Parts: sequence; structure tokens; C-alpha cells
Amino acid sequence: MIVAVLFWLLVWQLAAGTVASPLLLPAPLAVFSRLGELAVTSEFWQTALLSLGRVALGLVWGIVLGVVLAALSCTFRWADTLVSPAVGVVRATPVASFILLVLLWTQRGQVPVIIAALMVLPIVYGNVTRGIRETDPKLLELARAYRFSRWKTIRLVILPGVRPYFFSAVTTALGLAWKSGVAAEALCWPKVAIGTEIYYTKLNFETADLFAWTLVVILLSLGLERLVSIAVRAAERRGQHD
Amino acid sequence: MIELRHICAAYGDKPVLVDFSLSLPESGVTVLSGPSGCGKTTLLRLLAGLELPQSGTISGIDPKRTAVLFQEDRLFPHRTVAQHLTDVLPRNRQNELDDWLRFAELSGESNQLPCQLSGGMCRRLALARALALGGDLYLLDEPFTGIDLPRRRRLMTALRDLKAPVVLVSHEPEIAELADHVILLDGPPLQVKL
Repeated sequence: MIVAVLFWLLVWQLAAGTVASPLLLPAPLAVFSRLGELAVTSEFWQTALLSLGRVALGLVWGIVLGVVLAALSCTFRWADTLVSPAVGVVRATPVASFILLVLLWTQRGQVPVIIAALMVLPIVYGNVTRGIRETDPKLLELARAYRFSRWKTIRLVILPGVRPYFFSAVTTALGLAWKSGVAAEALCWPKVAIGTEIYYTKLNFETADLFAWTLVVILLSLGLERLVSIAVRAAERRGQHD
Repeated sequence: MIELRHICAAYGDKPVLVDFSLSLPESGVTVLSGPSGCGKTTLLRLLAGLELPQSGTISGIDPKRTAVLFQEDRLFPHRTVAQHLTDVLPRNRQNELDDWLRFAELSGESNQLPCQLSGGMCRRLALARALALGGDLYLLDEPFTGIDLPRRRRLMTALRDLKAPVVLVSHEPEIAELADHVILLDGPPLQVKL
């Protein structure tokens, strides 16, 4: 891992040396130095934490809505008829269109939350629906024959089958929530946001700042991913010992 | 008396039981025997209410009061041996867990998952789970697959001690020898009392 990181840093350094223009491609040292300068200010942490909060909130909303709609779709045919095409439309709509539309309808601070949720929803919905529909029919028949209650059937038969699909969806959705959330911030400029900072770097030709903020997004995304993966492993262990 | 009258049942497009009638003994262990594909499992599934006949009637049985052992073990990969048993035991019978573990000869494996058990152990667990569920009629499909002969004999004795009648599917002669009644399913059903 460390060797790979060093290798790509070397490639970056060589490329920056070849281009020889900090405006087009700043060297790694310049970016890290700028990141160091930003990191000692309280505004930096406020900005990073607020963006993290928005993305995390969007992620949670997307997950909750995705799971609820998937459960409804798999339980009621009418719900599937209504929800599936709508989720398909959300999946196919360009994120930029959504950002501009949502910006018309709500406050700019809420746009990144809604956009992250909208990007997460179809992934969670699709995976959870697939997980529920691929539940082993033989185990469902056993649950019926053994007179399991609805809740017991969900707990013992359906949830264990859905769990890997759900966790895979959350892991995939995490990166997308970050990308779409920051893109929304960059297009609608909430007062304190990483995306807004990225937008300003474009206006002021501060490429080193652009790289530094991007690095912040990557680090926060990796940190959140690590937290989620710890939570997933803990949930899987608990699932085995319930 | 459990009676099947003029039953027609098919597996997909293939007819399995045609105008089939049968009366089942009200007590003891009854073995349904016959060659593969003669309709033993279909008959068991009809009795359990898991499938409906195309025509004909089944009387004297409440599918909600039957306990079924399927041809496959159908164990939950994430549940331990003990959990499989407590899952089917009602709250007021949870204290029977140790008895059922002893019955399955799995007391030492109570915390193991199915993937940690041998084929025979899994089968014993599936059988114990079906019996622990309880009911007015036990329907067991090939209950002794992968279980050695001395254990089969012990389990058959235990089945005969159950208060409710047992109908089990088997095509093995040594199982038929240990049963109270044998019904051969190859052509018109023939009931043999041993």
C-alpha cells in the first residue's frame, strides 16, 4: 500500500516537473504545503465538517428511503409498479439537472443533502430489491411450513440474504454520495462548504488549492468508508451470533 | 383417519399421481416406499398442504398441525445448532433444548454452524428441528439420509415413541423393516402390516 502511494506520488512529481506549470499541475509538495496552511485554520475544519455532515445526512436519507421503497416494492405489486420506473428515472437523470432543479425548489444548504440522497437511493433500492427477490424459496417454504411469524421469517430468512446486497450497496453509494454532494456544493455554493471552496479555486486560478480540497474530500471519503466497513463487519458478526 | 380420495397431482406437466386414493394409519410409523419418481415426495407435500391437488380430496388432516422434514436439510447457514432448535420451540418449551440436542446427539456441537457439521449431523439436526416443532402428524422425507444404521435404529425407536402418527418416505428396505406399516407406491397403493 505504502509502496503504491509512493509510486503514484513519484509519477505525479515527474508529471508536474514535465508540465512545469503550477497553474496546470502543481507539484505534490506545493499541494501538501497548501493543505498544511489550510489545516491550521478553524474555517478549514468547519468547512470540512459541514460538508461531511451534509454528505453523511444525504447518505442516511438515501439508505433509509432505498430500503423502505425496496421493502414496499417487494411486498406490494402496486408499489413496485409505481416505484420501479420512478427510481429508474432518478438513476438515469444527469446529476447536474437534479442539482439545478433542487436549487430552484429549496435552500442552497439543503441541495447537497438531497442530491447525495437521490444518488444513493437507486443503488440501495436496486441491491436490496435484488437481495429480497433472491431469497431462497426453499427457506421461505420452510418458514411457512414451520409456522414462523412474519417478523421471524424476515429476521431468519430474508434479512440474512439481503445483508450482503445491502452492505455492498452502502459501500458503493458512499463514494457516489461524496462525489454528488461536493458537485452540488460547487454548483450551488452554500456558505461554508468544500464544493464552494473548490468553485472559488476555479475563479481565482488556485490549482494548488483545488488539489488540496480534493485531497480533503478523498481523505474524508476514505475515513467514512473505513467507519462504514467497521460498522458492516460488526453487523455481520452480530448477524452470525443473533 | 387421514384419507386421500381420487387425487390427481402433477410435477410441472408430468402427472405424478392419477386418481390416487389411500387411507393412512392413525398411529405408529408408516413408511411410504417405492421407486424414484413414483410420487412419494409429492404425496408428502400434498399431506403437508405445501401443494394442492389438481383434483380429489384430502381429509382428516390439518396442515397447520403437521411437522415436516424436507428432503433437503434446509438449515440456516447463519444459525447455530441450538438456535435451529430454539427457533421452533415455543416460549413455554424452550427448556426442552437439551433434550432435543441429546436426541440429535449434538450436545457437544450446540454452538456450531451448519457448515461446521458433517452431512449426517446436519440431517439429525433437521430431523430434531422438525420433531421439536411438534404437531398432530409428522411428515418426514428421507429422514435418515447420511445417518448410519445403528443411529437409524435408535431414531426409528424414538419415532415410534412419538404420540402422533409418523409418515416417512424412504426407499431403503431396512427402514421399511423397522416400520409399523409400509405402503408401496408403485401402481395401486398396497398397504402391508409388518
